[in-house]
Amino acid sequence: MAITRDDVLHVAKLAELGLTEEEIQRLQQQLNAILDAVGKVSELALDDVPPTSHPLSVVNVFGADEPRPSLPLEDVFANAPAREDDLFRVPPSA
Amino acid sequence: MIDTLRITAEEALGLVERGEVSPAELHAAYREAIAERDEELHCYLTLVDAPDGAASIPIALKDIIGTKGVRTTAGSKILDDYVPVYDATVAQRCKDAGLSLLGKTNLDEFAMGSSTENSAYGPSRNPWDTTRVPGGSGGGSAAAVSAGLAPWALGSDTGGSIKQPSALCGNVGLRPTYGTVSRYGVVAFASSLDQIGPVTKTVRDNARLYRIISGRDPCDSTTVDVPPVEIPEAEDLNGVRVGIARELNEAEGIEPGVDAAVRRAIDLAAELGAEIDACELPRSVEYGLPCYYLIAPAEASSNLARYDGVRYALRREADGGDYYDMVARTRDAGFGDEPKRRIMLGTYALSAGYYEAFYGQAQKVRTVISREFAAAFERFDVLLSPTSPTVAFKLGEKTENPLAMYLADVLTIPPNMAGLPGLSIPCGLSEGLPVGLQLIGPQFSENTLFRVGHALERALGFDTVPERLR
Amino acid sequence: MPEWEPVIGLEIHTHLKTRTKMFCRCEAGFGAEPNTRTCPVCLAHPGALPVPNERAIEWTIKLGLALSCRIADRAVFHRKNYFYPDNPKGYQISQYDEPLCIDGKMSVPGADGDTEIGIIRAHLEEDAAKTIHVGGATGRIVGAAHSNVDFNRSGTPLVEIVTQPDIRSADEAKRFLQLLRQTIVELGISDAEMEKGTLRADANVSVRKQGETGFRTRTELKNMNSFNHIARGIDAEIRRQIQVWESGGEVVQQTLDYEVKSDTVTARRRKEEADDYRYFPEPDLVPIEPPRDLVERLESELPELPGVRIQSLKELVGFESALDLVSTGNERKARLLVEHGLDWTTAANVAMNQLAAIDPLPANGPALVELIKQRERITREALTDSFASSATTIIDVKDVLAQTVVGDASELEPLVDRILAASAAQVESYRGGKQGVLGYFVGQVMKETQGKADPKIVNELLRKKLDS
Ligand SMILES: [Mg+2]
Ligand SMILES: [Zn+2]
Repeated sequence: MAITRDDVLHVAKLAELGLTEEEIQRLQQQLNAILDAVGKVSELALDDVPPTSHPLSVVNVFGADEPRPSLPLEDVFANAPAREDDLFRVPPSA
Repeated sequence: MIDTLRITAEEALGLVERGEVSPAELHAAYREAIAERDEELHCYLTLVDAPDGAASIPIALKDIIGTKGVRTTAGSKILDDYVPVYDATVAQRCKDAGLSLLGKTNLDEFAMGSSTENSAYGPSRNPWDTTRVPGGSGGGSAAAVSAGLAPWALGSDTGGSIKQPSALCGNVGLRPTYGTVSRYGVVAFASSLDQIGPVTKTVRDNARLYRIISGRDPCDSTTVDVPPVEIPEAEDLNGVRVGIARELNEAEGIEPGVDAAVRRAIDLAAELGAEIDACELPRSVEYGLPCYYLIAPAEASSNLARYDGVRYALRREADGGDYYDMVARTRDAGFGDEPKRRIMLGTYALSAGYYEAFYGQAQKVRTVISREFAAAFERFDVLLSPTSPTVAFKLGEKTENPLAMYLADVLTIPPNMAGLPGLSIPCGLSEGLPVGLQLIGPQFSENTLFRVGHALERALGFDTVPERLR
Repeated sequence: MPEWEPVIGLEIHTHLKTRTKMFCRCEAGFGAEPNTRTCPVCLAHPGALPVPNERAIEWTIKLGLALSCRIADRAVFHRKNYFYPDNPKGYQISQYDEPLCIDGKMSVPGADGDTEIGIIRAHLEEDAAKTIHVGGATGRIVGAAHSNVDFNRSGTPLVEIVTQPDIRSADEAKRFLQLLRQTIVELGISDAEMEKGTLRADANVSVRKQGETGFRTRTELKNMNSFNHIARGIDAEIRRQIQVWESGGEVVQQTLDYEVKSDTVTARRRKEEADDYRYFPEPDLVPIEPPRDLVERLESELPELPGVRIQSLKELVGFESALDLVSTGNERKARLLVEHGLDWTTAANVAMNQLAAIDPLPANGPALVELIKQRERITREALTDSFASSATTIIDVKDVLAQTVVGDASELEPLVDRILAASAAQVESYRGGKQGVLGYFVGQVMKETQGKADPKIVNELLRKKLDS
């Protein structure tokens, strides 16, 4: 198998997904199947082909440096899971 | 009494304009239809009362479009109680046009899926056969329009989420040229592919709604100015050069009934005056799907990183746990299987050591696909093909096999990779279920697609009302 | 014992003082109440999209030009993916392999000649929010009870400048930073104040034996908040690395903090996973292709840069003063004084000392020079007061001289006589050859006149009386 259990754990850590044991096993198997299929892209020899990261051929889209109103605090915290004074409270992050 | 099953948006607009029906009465009529049929179909996740002084006809919005003050879930538990504090630009443009919001329609979680079965709130059902899926991810919008639960609706299309459900539900869906409709305020799935578009009963309705939502938005750096939208009138196809790309029409898995209906539509196009010829897209179809399933999950893995339990929506934490523990628990509890699968796939495709082989290579394939389509459009104004290889499939039929589900979009994905517009119109029935015809044009060719779609629609005379509801 | 050579590269972040943030139009800048300068974009609400700040892009190009960089034909924003409470989108929009400014250099004048420090790149990115760690033992990060986040800073524009590892001493690093800071300030694009955090610098440090051509393992030194701390931190790390190598050990790659109190570096806690930021082109933004005419206009607007001015100044005042004048911004005052006839050495001296904290009106140039030339006739207090007021009011030299100086010998003579009469012992001692006692008498006169006596006249008077 191309993707090992350790790969799954590593990727889950990068993506901050807490996975159950059952999910780890199922994802290992499914990701292998999917990567097998999508790995088809590497059949093509495309050394001279430039990448397309975007379907638009537009460049230089900017906004003027003119302030616009920010949100009222009521909206800032409207959906907040935890608030302390006017700050977003989170578990310790060190 | 307003027959919401029959009436087109254009006709409804006429009633309101002539003062024969008030916007509130119209809104109420659709609410009645919803009360009658939505328990079975489950098109809506949230319903909204008509605003005071509504000026025009109602609309349904896929629940991935952010609406100020109205819950917006993206079909996910992680946004279960999320109420946006701002309107998506498309929602605002609908408001500005006087359209009243009927409600938010069901979808696969974060628009990831082709059946709405990935919705955290349960699947929608196909109005033509409630044992079957309405397609996805915008199954709720498509089913609602088919079943007379909305005169029209907006969907979003990343790999085929407007075109494919429109095909499966027998209505008209436009995935516009990338950059013509603002994504601002629309919950992001894959930014370089996502595009909002209309789901309607007719091509003319579609053009009218596209006219309302399209155009450059200073809040979305990837939007451009759009040529004026023309509401199609012509009923012939004189001078239109139609290409039949072999790979799109002979792909493995296209059902015979689908193939037959599409061939009849092509013959009809010839009768209407179109010049028909064959062409090839040798690598676009074969490599489109793999390319998509690297690029879309990669972008999604990044777009979905903001759901961390810090600023809004779901949070899960344990006593004594740190920030990382909270984030991992929140995301595990909030995301369903398909988002998790794609986040994992996308994270892997971008991670050190794999980027070049996967994401980098997929971007090059994208160039190849764009070039193939560009070459085809030197010869043709429009390409015709089936939208979906199959008619609506049974609920549960593909849920256990992600790869089989992914194949539902094998024909809609290639043009999407190149940012091209695609229109799906119903072109007949197979086994009593609608078949969708996909019209693909070069960038910014919406007016051509509307013209061809309208002429074919007239000639085809497809009855968009599901047989069991007539 | 072999000579060790330090190898230092710097990574500098500087805040641009645009009115609005990098990707939304919330006001930037400091001091607002928490989270009052936030919006769906900088809070990363679902569906929000970035729109780049045009001025920030122009200013980055301007800085790139000042650093002799090549301005890219095409620059692309990338996403740098990682989780942290201050990173609301889960990615930072930054630039990766296609930055705006590439391959520049800055000449750093030194006492023994100039060195050229290569600039690898200067790119534009967004800053993170501010995380406040609350509770826990002594407020230190480790053991914090929880954290609170203020998103006002989230998304403010930052330019990151990365140098080649061309720097060979802590002092040179400090000089480079002083000069870079001054350049940034003079371009008008940032306050670049380390105390405020609008200028931050990290150092990559390694050492090698003289003559070695390759590089040994380097460490990254962070958390230094003044030029002096940076120099001291680098020195401490150089000493540590030399000691590690000489005792037969190996330097390991790690991130370190400099602790001022103990003058030592300490390792940061290792992350559980190696960094893997999964950079990819930001699909919500289109590329930047700086128009040629814009680049040309910005280039033509560049002022004469500090490094160039140090070159010419050091001929006039010596290297140390030249560096000091330019890197403190006191140069302008010295030039004002010279312009009105003062010699360079005195002008430099006054500008860096008495006028260090004063910003005189240009119109006061002639008066200041006049006062400086007549300083012996003016009391210290009067001179100080005049300098101080030179920032706000026009000085009248005659007034200063008239008001502050008792220069009339006939007025002073009786006083001098009285003091001499009362100090028989000191007079004797002076006449016995202790010339230094003169100072004592001057002091007495000054005391009696509350410092208003013209020192020149007092001296003359005293000498006349004592020597006769
Ligand atoms: Mg940086
Ligand atoms: Zn903002």
